[in-house]
Amino acid sequence: MIHSLFLINHSGDIFLEKHWKSVVSHSVCDYFFEAKEKAVDPEDVPPVLQTPHHYLITVHRDQLFFLSVVQTEVPPLFVIEFLHRVADTFQDYFGECSESVIKDNVVTVYELLEEMLDNGFPLATESNILKELIRPPTILRSVVNTLTGSSNVGDTLPTGQLSTVPWRRADVKYTNNEAYFDVIEEIDAILDKSGTTVFAEIQGVIEACVRLTGMPDLTMSFMNPRLLDDVSFHPCVRFKRWESERTLSFIPPDGHFTLMNYHVSSQNPVAIPVYVKQNISFFESGPCGRLDITIGPKQTMGKTVEALMVKIHMPKAVLSANLTATQGNYTYDLPNKLLIWDIGKLNPQKLPNLKGILSLQAGAAKPEDNPSLNIDLRIQQVAISGSPRFVSTYNWATVFSHCSICFSPLCTGLKVSRLEMFGEKYKPFKGVKYVTKAGKFQVRT
Amino acid sequence: MTDSKYFTTTKKGEIFELKAELNSDKKEKKKEAVKKVIASMTVGKDVSALFPDVVNCMQTDNLELKKLVYLYLMNYAKSQPDMAIMAVNTFVKDCEDANPLIRALAVRTMGCIRVDKITEYLCEPLRKCLKDEDPYVRKTAAVCVAKLHDINAQLVEDQGFLDTLKDLISDSNPMVVANAVAALSEIAESHPNSNLLDLNPQTINKLLTALNECTEWGQIFILDCLANYTPRDDRESQSICERVTPRLSHANSAVVLSAVKVLMKFMEMLPKDLDYYGTLLKKLAPPLVTLLSAEPELQYVALRNINLIVQRRPEILKHEMKVFFVKYNDPIYVKLEKLDIMIRLASQANIAQVLAELKEYSTEVDVDFVRKAVRAIGRCAIKVEQSAERCVSTLLDLIQTKVNYVVQEAIVVIKDIFRKYPNKYESVIATLCENLDSLDEPEARAAMIWIVGEYAERIDNADELLESFLEGFHDESTQVQLQLLTAIVKLFLKKPTETQELVQQVLSLATQDSDNPDLRDRGYIYWRLLSTDPVAAKEVVLAEKPLISEETDLIEPTLLEELICHIGTLASVYHKPPSAFVEGSRGVQHKRISGNAVSGESVESPDNGSAAGVTEAPPAVIQSHGDLLGDLLNLDLTPPTTTGPPPPSSSGMQMGAMDLLGGGLDSLLGGDLGGNPAMGAGFGGPPAVMPASFNAPVGGGLDDLFDLGSGVGMPMGAFNPPKTVWLPAMKAKGLEISGTFVRRAGVIQMEMNLTNKAMSVMTDFAIQFNRNSFGLASAGPLQILTPLSPNQSIEAALPLSTVGPIMKMEPLNNLQVAVKNNIDVFYFSCQYPISMLFVEDGKMERQVFLATWKDIPNENESQFQIKDCHLNSDAASNKLQSSNIFTIAKRTVEGQDMLYQSMKLTNGIWVLAELRVQAGNPNYTISLKCRAPEVNQCVFQNYESVLKN
Repeated sequence: MIHSLFLINHSGDIFLEKHWKSVVSHSVCDYFFEAKEKAVDPEDVPPVLQTPHHYLITVHRDQLFFLSVVQTEVPPLFVIEFLHRVADTFQDYFGECSESVIKDNVVTVYELLEEMLDNGFPLATESNILKELIRPPTILRSVVNTLTGSSNVGDTLPTGQLSTVPWRRADVKYTNNEAYFDVIEEIDAILDKSGTTVFAEIQGVIEACVRLTGMPDLTMSFMNPRLLDDVSFHPCVRFKRWESERTLSFIPPDGHFTLMNYHVSSQNPVAIPVYVKQNISFFESGPCGRLDITIGPKQTMGKTVEALMVKIHMPKAVLSANLTATQGNYTYDLPNKLLIWDIGKLNPQKLPNLKGILSLQAGAAKPEDNPSLNIDLRIQQVAISGSPRFVSTYNWATVFSHCSICFSPLCTGLKVSRLEMFGEKYKPFKGVKYVTKAGKFQVRT
Repeated sequence: MTDSKYFTTTKKGEIFELKAELNSDKKEKKKEAVKKVIASMTVGKDVSALFPDVVNCMQTDNLELKKLVYLYLMNYAKSQPDMAIMAVNTFVKDCEDANPLIRALAVRTMGCIRVDKITEYLCEPLRKCLKDEDPYVRKTAAVCVAKLHDINAQLVEDQGFLDTLKDLISDSNPMVVANAVAALSEIAESHPNSNLLDLNPQTINKLLTALNECTEWGQIFILDCLANYTPRDDRESQSICERVTPRLSHANSAVVLSAVKVLMKFMEMLPKDLDYYGTLLKKLAPPLVTLLSAEPELQYVALRNINLIVQRRPEILKHEMKVFFVKYNDPIYVKLEKLDIMIRLASQANIAQVLAELKEYSTEVDVDFVRKAVRAIGRCAIKVEQSAERCVSTLLDLIQTKVNYVVQEAIVVIKDIFRKYPNKYESVIATLCENLDSLDEPEARAAMIWIVGEYAERIDNADELLESFLEGFHDESTQVQLQLLTAIVKLFLKKPTETQELVQQVLSLATQDSDNPDLRDRGYIYWRLLSTDPVAAKEVVLAEKPLISEETDLIEPTLLEELICHIGTLASVYHKPPSAFVEGSRGVQHKRISGNAVSGESVESPDNGSAAGVTEAPPAVIQSHGDLLGDLLNLDLTPPTTTGPPPPSSSGMQMGAMDLLGGGLDSLLGGDLGGNPAMGAGFGGPPAVMPASFNAPVGGGLDDLFDLGSGVGMPMGAFNPPKTVWLPAMKAKGLEISGTFVRRAGVIQMEMNLTNKAMSVMTDFAIQFNRNSFGLASAGPLQILTPLSPNQSIEAALPLSTVGPIMKMEPLNNLQVAVKNNIDVFYFSCQYPISMLFVEDGKMERQVFLATWKDIPNENESQFQIKDCHLNSDAASNKLQSSNIFTIAKRTVEGQDMLYQSMKLTNGIWVLAELRVQAGNPNYTISLKCRAPEVNQCVFQNYESVLKN
């Protein structure tokens, strides 16, 4: 199983190591550094490396490498999943996952790692169990701890660890009972030069934030569940119910969690919310080129496209860009050859356009590789039921009257029809938010 | 207030300060000090000097402090074993604590202290904890057994912990079950032959129940364990599949992939016409696709596994081509994998899309990726015939871009396309020739030279082109030199008039000026061939070449089967069998897909992987010549069908009587060839040089070479077992018969020696066979015309036919014979080598072989070991060929030669074989597949006797 873990930053310093079995010298990381030297980008370092005596399995997260050493035949996915879980836990505990924050909380980090693995076998990886074992640091607690000498390690057995619902702790109490669900769909698409969709699919996720007292048993049903044929669930979801009734029935974990991921494959038609008209060309003679990009709405389901942004990876020879944008600002990041055009809200009456001249390095040949456009965007909508008193705590921009009357803004058209609670007497406040985003949305030129 | 303050003390005497703080009376100060120590430890500073002071803090009721001290202990106990003993009492006490959390913590920490002395004290507490009332303690204790096993395996066995652990598989708590399985799996890895995880339907049921309730990690352990089980029948197989399928919807990708492994393996057991089989196939696609939307590292592992899955069952993902389209910001390792899978999925239905994508990729920035994309276009052309034309035109477009590396890759793949579709796309040669000068990579140069040589008759200035390459002959890489040599010889055979000088030049460059034995040998062969029998040379060099096929880059079936059983593991990422891993797999069992008749025997002998066996050096030069010749023949010559008898060495240069290249060349060479005893005048060039350079090596090496050459295709080397006594004299009133079976030129003969050991003359011999498995019968009467007088022996050969009456014998190759003479009738039985029945046209087409191999169910496969055989694969192949066992293809993987062989019995039964030969390992592994698996045993015995003879 997992033998050791090394945390390494971008400049190649090992700033934390943890061994669950015997100690492995950190010279083993040299094989990784070698591979890192060879790679153009840090992302390009192969995740599984073979050394004479060990295997190195690495994930790259938030500018850090989580490098684990294994000695026996283990499923690499298991290790990779675990390493991502470690990063998630740091994020959850400290608000971010960075070298400085890990160094600031090194003892907590060490305690966490000790609880997460035993002899290389995962022990407690559920956030709520960990939090019962080791309380996350807060400013208040550290002050209190200093004054009273109490510790931030729990001394009770985490109840969830043995129950059949290990993701939920017992005796949860809230004065305001709320359950919020964000249905987020990301469009991954490749459009070709002429705007034709080469490939498009939807990655959907239902993120939940549930703060409910006791042991609530929730049921969520959809208007059009037949869309969901490729799903993966949080362990709390009862699979049998889903198979037979196509409803999600579950006892939720406490707090934030991902209820479900779904995937709508490229075989289904996918609504592409915007179109892009672009013309980037370089002259045969003279060190310059021309750029002209216009973006307009396509299938937006009547909703506003927000946070629109275009990123263009330019050929190496492009030195600078002299452009005019009818809306938003553009910047050219020379070292990374990245042109970023931040548009904001898309106004269908007045389409944003970016136009101008690109200048190339003197004497450079006409670039061989084509630039590629990546697009970011966001379309969202909110549906609420129950008493909207505490809406502000959730910090939503807009609140729509009732969920049953508004159309889903998702490109699949998926929509939650009901959310019911059993097992507890109180009436919770429920809300569903729909967001469509661009995932890996690429336009070829 | 953050922990970073712990790092700030850089003053002198840091250790000293910490020591003082650790011994402070104030609890808070103590804790802070321990934290500082831990912080130093995490960054690799040596704080072991503080051992006694830290251990002193252990006796505390503060759980956090206790944990911190434990952390420290685990790290440093090894270096301070005597001190660590001090901690034992506290551990033992804590194992009795009322709080299960403390009990578990104590037993867990004790297991992590890798000191022998401590482990002795651990046994008793561990035994208690394994039976603790609290499941949390039990599950921790289960893992502790694995830890202890790692430190002292003997102790664990002696104390009976393994049995306790096995009992825990039936525990009521799913987490305990999962941990017990995990611990046992880890222990089992170091004990490959122990039956630790002895799975039976009851335990399987327990595991399946626990599977639904335990954590995601536990599910991985259980699924991986389930994958080792062999269901009894298809019904059990189906029911396990049904219970595993819901795991495909798990959010944890490792759970998903482990479930895929179980399903892929158990699916083999299901009849293909079963409805459920189809359902299962459909269910497998979505989770695999979903894996591709995860983080790039997960994608990579998933893609490596999908690569295996699409080779085994392409139908699963055949509609999902688009998800493998490469995105601009995919890491390079993901891009390359996706490309590979795209080609595997390419079919007539989606080829247009694929080609458009590939063309797009070939304009990307990343050079490696672009190269692979160009190569992929070529592979598509070879795979999907209908697309070949489009592929070629795409490649031509790419050549027009003049991007250097694109052009070179394109030329390499166009060469392959020519070899797949001869006489179809030669019109593009002109375009290729335009780019001759820009080629600087050996592979591209060699490919171009091959094209020029192959199509010399269509290229007007072929001689000029090749000549230009010849100028820098010695600076070229071997690959290019060899290719240049062959190309020029081809050119000469096609246009003999203009190119004599060129061919002489290249032959002398290759034979005289080169140190490379391969090059020299090939040079000699051509020279010799051209000088002795130009007609044969033409037949050989310009022979029609076998078409290449797309199968070349597939993983061979047996390895693929094994890898399918290892989906999700490191082996699946590296596409190597687990036995190929140096470390870690301390003797992994070879897993085969169930249903294999001899799956129990397929465990490789333990000395196989690790044995640093000293290879016996090839005994003679002949051996290596044989290799070369073999290579050469495989490369671009067809095996010589007729080879003349080896010329007497004295007249090695006897070519005066030769009719060089028939009449055409006669006139060309002026017809006065015969005049020069050593060398044709026109051809020979300076005769002084030729014989000199020729004679020396020819006398020895080349003659040997030709001896060998004549042996290759001819049956004279066939293995015939020596005569054995079939009928002893005492049993047959003085008649002794010994004999053997031979197959000569397609005729089976029974050769007998009859001896009269009696006192009287024997006459009136006759013979008859009982019905037998292959219908062997005498094709004529036993020809013994003269009476056999006492103490006289006579040889008799009886031709046999295979059209006689049939009855299955045991063993299969048993033959019961009755011999009559004037005295009595005698009966005996003998066994004939099954190779007698291998017919001469037993060489299967490659494609047919592949298809047949896949088609024959796995139940019909048997695996055997041939021990102590010291031949290399080529020698073995030659030997076997003489017994009509034909090698169809050879591949070398990880130092292992895989020979794919076929043979056909007289009754039309085909036997397919895969022979694995590893350099340095005298044990061969052979897998036999046949629709009539009964013959496998016989065939194996035959292999053994042929190879060891």
